[in-house]
Amino acid sequence: MSLIEFRDVSERYIKGATPAIDHLTFDIDNGEFVFITGDSGSGKSTLIKLLLRELTPTSGSITVAGMDLGKMKHRKIPLYRRKLGVVFQEFRLLKDRNIYENVAFAQRVTEVKPKVIKKKVPAALSLVGLAQKYKSFPDELSGGEQQRVAIARALINEPALLLADEPTGNLDPSNSWEIMHLLEEANERGTTVVVVTHNQEIVNEMKKRVITLNKGVIISDEQGGEYK
Amino acid sequence: MRLSTFFYSIRQGFKNIGRNKMFSLASIATMAALIFLFGLFYAIVANFNHIVKSAEEGVAITVFFNDDTSEEEIKRIGEDLKKRDDVLKAVYVSPEEAWANFQEEYFGDNQELAEGFKDDNPLAKSANYEVYLREVESQDELVSYCENIPEVRKVRKSDVVAKTLSSVNKLLWYGSLGVIIILLGVSIFLISSTITVGVNVRSEEIAIMKYIGAKDGFVRLPFVIEGILIGLIGAVIPLVLFYFIYNKVVVYIMTKFSLLNNLVDFLPVSEVYRVLLPVGLLLGVGIGFIGSFVTIRKHLKA
Repeated sequence: MSLIEFRDVSERYIKGATPAIDHLTFDIDNGEFVFITGDSGSGKSTLIKLLLRELTPTSGSITVAGMDLGKMKHRKIPLYRRKLGVVFQEFRLLKDRNIYENVAFAQRVTEVKPKVIKKKVPAALSLVGLAQKYKSFPDELSGGEQQRVAIARALINEPALLLADEPTGNLDPSNSWEIMHLLEEANERGTTVVVVTHNQEIVNEMKKRVITLNKGVIISDEQGGEYK
Repeated sequence: MRLSTFFYSIRQGFKNIGRNKMFSLASIATMAALIFLFGLFYAIVANFNHIVKSAEEGVAITVFFNDDTSEEEIKRIGEDLKKRDDVLKAVYVSPEEAWANFQEEYFGDNQELAEGFKDDNPLAKSANYEVYLREVESQDELVSYCENIPEVRKVRKSDVVAKTLSSVNKLLWYGSLGVIIILLGVSIFLISSTITVGVNVRSEEIAIMKYIGAKDGFVRLPFVIEGILIGLIGAVIPLVLFYFIYNKVVVYIMTKFSLLNNLVDFLPVSEVYRVLLPVGLLLGVGIGFIGSFVTIRKHLKA
């Protein structure tokens, strides 16, 4: 069953300009692991913004977990985003809060009971191998460790869909592989994972579905595909 | 909203102040300066009003009656006057009192000059009522009312004092209203600017909150609480300071300018604070609330 449905989706930032995304149609099923690749300006970031419901499509429709994002009312957006986990290239942790608070933050925002938070945060930090460092602040951690905290934060609410925008962009190869393994593990536990990346080596070795964009158009969509 | 979320937001509001010490201090200082100015201005206006009011209470018209009017009739008219809303008090001056006052005023130490009159009161027909006004503006209306009473022979009034006080009073009110409006505008603008800076500093935090699925209320509440706290602290500090400064200034003025002792009567600090305390606190909290609420709402919509 499809978790994500793009139907003839176009996105123009300025009326009359060349579309950033041009008549895209594709499905992503529940439990899939998908790479989205392409050069700068290919439309990857726009696609992520559309999935985060930061943008609404100029034309066409996007459905995620049965919800039509184009018709979604402003007050419903937070409830939709609670079904997502998001990981960014720049980690985007709160620098003035320790690791525990950063991960707990995702639960506080969704108004989870304090008792549950106390149980789940250590478990999520264990999952990414940082249980011992819960008192550390982001600046005291390496880039790889910060990204692991971001993954713990993204996964703590058990999202149906994990969106990762260039998650290894700021990391060395060894840390990059650690992060990809964590994403793969999340996928094995049932989370659908969509990774936007430039990392050719990772894409080629992981043998997952690869959607390649060029100038807002899908130029290839292959299971076990390679970086093009 | 869960109670735990509410308390979490309150804690975050406090923490926000600590996290952005410099901005918070700047906001508190701005607010404190504004409330202090407001307090100062209010104290001046309130005291001026008090002085004008005291002067107004001293303004009276004197109502004289026809010769054939009996004392009972005069007193009945006096009772009617006392019932009027614009009358503060009406004092009956009998012919004997009128004569005694006259002697006191004009003969002073030379009481022998009055001896020629012996028991013959030259003011036997001068029973009158001194009618004190509640507000000086109502003098004309009261005079015309009195002049239309058939038993009234003459009404004496003080036009110059009444008109001067009336115009000073009006000027004071218009002036104070203008300054208060300007102060309010300036303070809302300054607090809004400070909160905007605070929101911009924490725009990353807000963006993360929104990505994670925070509702607008959850994002907004800590900022609003922060705004209210800044407003409250910014109001309490100058109000406490002003309380002590006011007393010291009044004592200083009264000692330095002893001439004023007989002319001016300052309001006690408790009387000033009966209005200034609730209004000052409400102003601080209100500006903090409105400033932060509007600013964060704009940011959430963006």
